[in-house]
Amino acid sequence: MKFQKNTYISGLYDGIPIALGYLSVSFSLGIQAASSGIPVLWMLLISMTNLTSAGEKAGIDIILAGGSLVEMAVTQLMINSRYFLMSLSLSQKLTEEFNLPNRLAASIGVTDEIFAVASSKAHSVSPRYMYGLITFPYIGWALGTFLGAAAGNILPEIVTNALGIALYGMFIAIVVPPTKKNPKLLAVVLPAVVLSCLIYYLPALDFISDGFAIIISTITAAIIGALLFPVETEDPADE
Amino acid sequence: MSNYSYLIYILVMAGVTYLVRMLPMTLVKGKIRSRFVQSFIYYVPYAVLAAMTIPKIFYSTPDLLPSLIGLAAAVITAFFGRSLLVVAMCACASVLLCEVLIMLI
Repeated sequence: MKFQKNTYISGLYDGIPIALGYLSVSFSLGIQAASSGIPVLWMLLISMTNLTSAGEKAGIDIILAGGSLVEMAVTQLMINSRYFLMSLSLSQKLTEEFNLPNRLAASIGVTDEIFAVASSKAHSVSPRYMYGLITFPYIGWALGTFLGAAAGNILPEIVTNALGIALYGMFIAIVVPPTKKNPKLLAVVLPAVVLSCLIYYLPALDFISDGFAIIISTITAAIIGALLFPVETEDPADE
Repeated sequence: MSNYSYLIYILVMAGVTYLVRMLPMTLVKGKIRSRFVQSFIYYVPYAVLAAMTIPKIFYSTPDLLPSLIGLAAAVITAFFGRSLLVVAMCACASVLLCEVLIMLI
């Protein structure tokens, strides 16, 4: 289906696969939270204000363990610092209509997947498009958390399992086509994959958390790309 | 635990998460001029998505085989330029099919 670019509707459409993936992920997060004793409404509030899986999981663990607020702040900062890179990258891809209030509002929706879709667009993105893109995933994330926490496992396990791959499928759909068109991107994609595998599998690097693993791999791979194949200065997004 | 403690925990949690996302968006207003930084930023999405997908996708379902088949289905459909929704759904469907087959065998 083709929509006019940068409309609210085109954003809504692009958000559907993210929302489906989020439903299943937040669903299992809700189940875990409820079974470990977090009240349903507090869990819903966590999902509505944080909109991030790894960060929420870590936050719940700290709440349950009665950890300190400093511990909470530092953990969230470390796990979520990849959003800093994503927001920085996204800041270069916004249309001029993005004034301060729009930037303040849209930044709550910077998740791995929303960032991925927004940055895969050939054009700069408008506030309308961003709000459209955030709408369904936000609802899906909150609804999934609530259903999981309130109703427990209502889907057959085999279906929930299959949905677990949805978000990764989306990432692949974003990376593969531009790489096919411009094989230079392999100079970024391969180092990123090798590094994240090394950090994941090498026992000596076990001390590196998931959040930092992504940051280290991303920064290194993007620097390699920038050194080997600097992009044209005018509008790199249109290359 | 009291409602008050939940509220404070959630405020800290959500506050830090929001600041991490909000600061670069609001502080970096203009276009960055440096060619190196531009290139770096241009490559960030590909690097971050690749690093997040591999190796985590291998463990995205309870068994390695369905995950690998789902990965293959996603790469093939993406290579032929299908939309995000189609690629994601093909990956899920292949995993489901593979799991059903494993159960039947």
